Parts: sequence; C-alpha cells; structure tokens
Amino acid sequence: MPHTLKTIPMNPQQTLFSGVVLPDDDVLTRCMHCGLCLPVCPTYAITGREKSSPRGRIRLIKSVAKGTLGYTDGFIEEMNFCLDCQACETACPAGVKYGSLVESARNQIRTEQKGSFISRSVKWFFIRQVLSKKNSLQFFASMLRMYQRSGIVSLFHRSVLLQKLFPKLTALQDLAPKIDERPFDELYPEIIAPPGTIKYRVGFLTGCVMNSAFAGVHEDTVKVLLHHDCEVVMPKQQVCCGSLQAHNGDFETSRSLAKTNIDIFLSYDLDAIIMNSAGCGALMKEYAFFFRNDPIYEQKAQLISSKIKDLSEFLTAIGLKRPPQEFPHSVSYHDACHLVHSQKISREPRMVIQSITGVLYKEMDEASWCCGSAGIYNVVRHSDSMQILARKVLQIQAVDVEYLVASNPGCIAQLDYGITKNGMKTKIVHLATLLRMAYRL
Amino acid sequence: MILSNTITALAAIVGNDNLFTSLEDKITYSYDGTPLHSHLPDAIVRPSSKEQIAEILRLANTERFSVVPRGAGTGLSGGSIPVDNCVVIDMNRWNSILEIDKENLTAWVEPGVITSQLHLAVEAVGLFYPPDPGSMNVCTIGGNVAENSGGLRGLKYGVTKNYVMGLEVVLPNGQIITCGGKTVKDVAGYNLKDLFIGSEGTLGIFTKILVKLIPKPETSRTMVAYFSSQTDAGKTVSAIIAQKIIPCTIEFLDRTTIRCVEEFARIGLPMDIECLLLLEVDGHPAVVEDEAKKVEECCRQNNAQEIIVAKNADEALKLKTARRSAFSALARVRPTTILEDITVPRSEIAAMLEKINAISKKYNIIIGTFGHAGDGNLHPTCLTDERDPDEMLRAEKAYEEIFVEAVKLGGTITGEHGTGLAKKKFLHLVSGSSAIDAMRSIKKALDPNNILNPGKVFDM
Repeated sequence: MPHTLKTIPMNPQQTLFSGVVLPDDDVLTRCMHCGLCLPVCPTYAITGREKSSPRGRIRLIKSVAKGTLGYTDGFIEEMNFCLDCQACETACPAGVKYGSLVESARNQIRTEQKGSFISRSVKWFFIRQVLSKKNSLQFFASMLRMYQRSGIVSLFHRSVLLQKLFPKLTALQDLAPKIDERPFDELYPEIIAPPGTIKYRVGFLTGCVMNSAFAGVHEDTVKVLLHHDCEVVMPKQQVCCGSLQAHNGDFETSRSLAKTNIDIFLSYDLDAIIMNSAGCGALMKEYAFFFRNDPIYEQKAQLISSKIKDLSEFLTAIGLKRPPQEFPHSVSYHDACHLVHSQKISREPRMVIQSITGVLYKEMDEASWCCGSAGIYNVVRHSDSMQILARKVLQIQAVDVEYLVASNPGCIAQLDYGITKNGMKTKIVHLATLLRMAYRL
Repeated sequence: MILSNTITALAAIVGNDNLFTSLEDKITYSYDGTPLHSHLPDAIVRPSSKEQIAEILRLANTERFSVVPRGAGTGLSGGSIPVDNCVVIDMNRWNSILEIDKENLTAWVEPGVITSQLHLAVEAVGLFYPPDPGSMNVCTIGGNVAENSGGLRGLKYGVTKNYVMGLEVVLPNGQIITCGGKTVKDVAGYNLKDLFIGSEGTLGIFTKILVKLIPKPETSRTMVAYFSSQTDAGKTVSAIIAQKIIPCTIEFLDRTTIRCVEEFARIGLPMDIECLLLLEVDGHPAVVEDEAKKVEECCRQNNAQEIIVAKNADEALKLKTARRSAFSALARVRPTTILEDITVPRSEIAAMLEKINAISKKYNIIIGTFGHAGDGNLHPTCLTDERDPDEMLRAEKAYEEIFVEAVKLGGTITGEHGTGLAKKKFLHLVSGSSAIDAMRSIKKALDPNNILNPGKVFDM
C-alpha cells in the first residue's frame, strides 16, 4: 500500500477530450493494468512493446485526457495501429470496455483534426463518401467492377515489372472482394415468403459491402431462412448499419445512419432481425448504448437491438433443421472478432456446423485470433494487416480442412486472399453458404 | 534525468532500434500490475545478449543511473516500476526454451519465457513444472524467480524457489556468474543461487534459468465443499493434513467472493453458504482414489453442507472456474481493486479470517478474501475507488492492521507477491531491523553504488 497517495481526480471539465464523446472515466479507472490482455493482443504480439498493448493504449488515452500527453504522432499512430478486435475485452478480468475507449479516442482525433492529412482524407473518403451513401457506393462498386473485369488485374498478374512498380496496388486489387454483376437488393423484392406456412417474420440487413460484393452469401442466407419457414423482410430504404464509421471514430455519420435504420425496421412487425455480418450485428446490438440518454431514440434503439440476431444465434434458438443428406467434408471455423468478442457468440456457429451429418469438424488453433481485416484496416494499414494474416495462415495450414467457415465479409475476403496467395486448397465460405450446400437448396 | 550522451552510449550498446525514449514509450513502461504506483523511466532498452546487459550495468555504475529489470510487468508489489533517473531493461524478448533434458529432468530457459509456455512445452513430453501463478499466461520465468512466485499448487509442490537448480546472472558490477547446475546435490561454496531467488531484481539480472522438472502426475480428482462456518472449513484443512494427505491444492473462497463470483460467472453457487473449499488430489490413480475418499470424509466430518466431486476433466474445469474467476469477479464490483497476500501458518487461518472480517467492518470497506487455504496464503481483496481519497486512506489503515495481525499470528506480510515498493514500510514487522541490516550489507557488497532496482524491498 502506498504511503504517499497521489490520486488525480478526473473532473470531466478538466480533460482534454472536449469533443462530442468523452472517454468514460469509470471505464478508464477500471483498468488495473494487470496485463492479462497482453497475450491475446495481435499488435502486442508483433512488437512486444507496451504501447501497442491494450493496457498501454488505455494508459495513453488516460494521459491525453489528463493532459500529460498531447495528440502526438505516436499517440495517433497507436490508436490507428490497434485493430479494435476486442480480444482484450474477452480476456480482461475487470470488464474494461476497451473498444469504446479506442473508438472514442479515434473520434476525438478526428474532430480535433489531428493526424496526417492523407490518412484522414483516405478514411473520410471511404467512410463518409463511399460506404455511407447508397448512390456513391453503387457508383464506386460499379467502377471497381469495371476495373476488375478489365484486363488490368490479369495484366498485373502477368507482369512482374508492374508488381514491382506498384506493390501496394497489386496487393489491394487482390484483396478487394469481387464486385457482383448486380447488387443483391436489386435482384430481390422487399418481402419474400417461404413456400409453406410462415412461422417467423424476420428482417434482414443487406448492408453495404455485402450487398455489392457478397450477393451470393445474401442469397444463401435468404434461402436458409426460407427453408426455416421465415418470411424475409428486406426494407428497400435501409442503409449501411454504421459500424465502419463508428469503429473509425465518425460517430455523427454512424448515428445518423443508425437512426434511419431504426425507424425503417421499426415500421415492420418482426420477430427478429437477422445479421450475417459480424461487424454489423455487433454495432446494431449496441444501438441501445449508442442512444442512451437520447430522449427519442433510446427506447426505439433498445427495441431494435433486442431483435438483432446473428444467423447462427437465430437458427440455434428456433432449432436447426437437420439436412437430410450427409455432407462428408472436413470443416473448421474462424471466429470473427465482432462475433466472438463483441457479441460473445462462439458456441452457436460451431453447434450449427457440427449438426450437419457427415461433417468432420476440426477445431483450428487460435480460431479467435484476428485475421487482420478489421474493417478498412487492411487497406489503410496494409503491411500490419498482412503480418497478422500470416499468423492466421499458419493455423489454417495446420488444421488442413476442406472448408473454413467464417461469418463476416471482411474476414472472408481477407482469409480468401491469404489462402489464394499461399496456394492452399481450403475453401473459405460463409456459414450460410455451407448450410445451403448441406441442404442442397 | 539521465544525460543525453548517456542515451547515445546506450544506443551504441543495443542499437537505435532497441532503445526507446518517446513519451509514449515512457508512459507505457511506467507501471506494472501494482495498483496506484507509477513512475516515468528515462529510457527503455532491449539488450539481446548478456554482454550487452553487462555493458549497460557497467555504464550505470560510471554514469550513476539506475537500472530496473522487467519481464512482462505483471508484478503486484512494484518490483519493475521505474525509479528516478533510470533505464528499464526489458527482457520479454528473451523467450526461448533452450533445452529440455528428459534424463536429468531439467530445462534451461531464457528469463522471458512465459510460465504457461513452459508448462505446455514440458507437459508435451510427460514432465511437469508445478509453479502456477494466477498470471501464468502472461508472466515470465525470470519474474517468477525474482519474486519467488507461488500459485495454487504450492501446498503440495512448493514454490518457484523449489524448482530453480541454476542461474546465469549478470551482477550489478557487470560480472557474469553461473551458480548451481544439473546435479541434485551441490555444496561447493556459498549457496548463491538461493540468494538471488526472490531478490526482486535488486541483486542481479538473470540471463538463463535452469529449472527442475518432475514427472507429470498421472491423474487427479477435484471436488468442492460448501461450509456454513469458516471454522469448519479451517478444521477440515487441519483434518486433511492430520491424515497425512497433502492435496495438490486447497483453495478457499469467502462469502463476499462467492457472491461476486456467482453474479459474474453464474455457475450455480449457493448464496447462503459462508465459504467454500476447492480441493484437488493428484498422482498415481490408486493413491488419488484413496486420498479423494479420505478428503471427502474429512469435509463430511467437519459439517460440509454439500460436497461435489468432479467425474471427469470437464467437470473438474467447471469446479475450478469458481476459484479461477474469483479475482475477475471481485475486480468488476468497484473501479479499483487492491490485492494483498498475507500468509499465516495453516493452523491460524480461521483466526486470520475473523480478524480480516472485523477490520473491514471497522474501517467500512469491502474486502473479499480468497486464497490458498492449504498453505495459509490468503488474498484479502479490497474493492474500492481510487478517486475517493477518504476511502483509500481507510483501506490503507485497514491493510496496515491486517499486516500487523498476520505477523502476530506468526505469519508474514507477503506470501507470493513480494515486498517491492508496496510493502517496504512493513518489512520490519516480519524481519526486524537486524535482519534488514544484514540485507543491506549484502546489497552493499554486491551493488556498492546502489544502481540496480534501488528503493525496492528496503531503502539503504
């Protein structure tokens, strides 16, 4: 016990976090810097340096709030180096909500206009312009689709010179998911009824990236839901859920998108709202927290958040229909960070997979270690992302299965890139896709 | 503040990439796992050879700066918290297991090997390294040796000290020595090895550690017993020892702790019991069978309300969850959690528990106690808020009384965590001034300029 006690009272008015969101002082105090977060942090695993660990970052945020550290390049770098995978939240004995701290810090950095102009601009472009607005997203997606179908990509593959001159572009174009011919929501009506009796009425978020690049997964999800006697409601007016914005500190855009979605989904009478993207599901479950103390939206948000269910969660709750035929393949599972750490869902997807007769399930080591996709992290921090992916690739090679299942578009794109680049035979599929194959739908 | 040409000299020794002086680095190396204490270092270095460490220590003697060694920085008494005018030597990249010798049952490891990493490696070849501190997934062997760390298996198997056969140490004057070795018996010269064990980084920096391994126990049996009186639980422990049984572990959770654990983990613990014991016996299957029966009988004879015996490894893990999540559960109640580790002779556990309860009432603070009932090492844990100066003062006074009572009962102020900074001012209660003077003489002899982790354990 100390004999000189120097406690520094954290009066909110005294902190340097003067913007929209104050890092919650209670949350900051809760961290006892015990270090149990260190072994699960991917960035600490790379550098071995305290500042790249969760407890280190918490101390840095606390220092900025207290005024003993400014918005230095070093501070901003660490806030950006963090993946926000929240593996530390799972490991933390004291229940520190680290994710909310780093997101608040990013928000603060953004509102105070700190950090390199280029980095800020790139993020602003992607997050506000491309992903948040449907028209922009369609436009950008169709541009990317044209680029992907032009000869440029294969030219790069054939030309070592081009690869050497533009290494980043080479990597990025391979990393980007293949844009579909048409976005999913243009192909399907707003309400789809199952063939037989309707047992459940569920909403479905079509989202941003998945809508343009993973239409196949959406189709698989809808087919599986219809197979389980669900009427599927996909409001045409819905928008991006706001998770990429929130995780990168743009709380305003995120809130406005959230409000739109809350109002739209509330206008339908739904038993549940199904999510097939871990990141989106995590944020929509947090809408209630987002709008705490909001006089109009707090209750509305709570209603919506309580209906959000990951596909695996929903299917285990209602009872998964066993596929009638065998599916004799080896399968393993990768835990998306926003499913295992944010939503604490890890049992249900495994139960679903292992319910399929004939499946040989093998548990992968470090299944819940981040793949390095982390939203747009693999674009803005490409080489760090690749280092983290390399560790994952080793485990995929070790478990050596035919199918690797993941429930998040970012993870699927990232792991697919790793698998392809290393010439591996494992196929990465979404849980919905695996189920559709098993059901022969 | 160390001089800038000293920084240059350090960079010349370890290379620029292994020297950190940014404010962000200093802030994040200013703490370890100890609550409330922190101090900015002047620099952090990552040497990659024992010669580099020796050079740094020689430089420290010439330039008169302090050196603070650090492993994972998870200590609970302040052993690796920086001091004035100091350079932190970060050893956590020294993480190779150099050799596992199955014939001689030893292993040479680097100090930065994580304890659970060692467990996995030796268990894979049928061997066993017993010490299992609560932080074993993060903490390093070097830190364990410096603090003589304990763990749940301490009752039967002993502590880190019992598993160190040799050390390679860089002395504060830069000389490199090796003490001990693979032989079970060795009485040549003074027993230097034991001097360094538990010296909390004040007498030397470890560069290689030779650990002792034992054969892995074949099987184990775990059970939990609920009691409506702490005295009954205490008597159960005595009864077990009287039967000449030494279980692998006997862990204790008091009422406050049980409440918090149930709220946190929801594993079905009853809310109306006074305390519980978690017991595990291990070894040869026939012995385990016999001992488990006898242990169960001891619980029954001492009024255990209910005894649950695990039927398989999964159930055993479930039972252990209560104990393993005790700290987490307590830590979630209030923002600041202060963990202490007073130890009393086994026969005095019930008395000590009563004293702790009385003291927490007297000072109106919340204390949950859990710990290693089998060896008398208890963790009275204060749940408080560091932003309330009055409550912090009451907590400080409460712990002072707890320390005094523990010593009165023939015990000590720290069983596992070390003296460091946190308990420096209470050392005289246990050791007395003459013993502390003897410690000072030893420190003066090995570190005349007092450059290595000064101000830890005692002041000169």
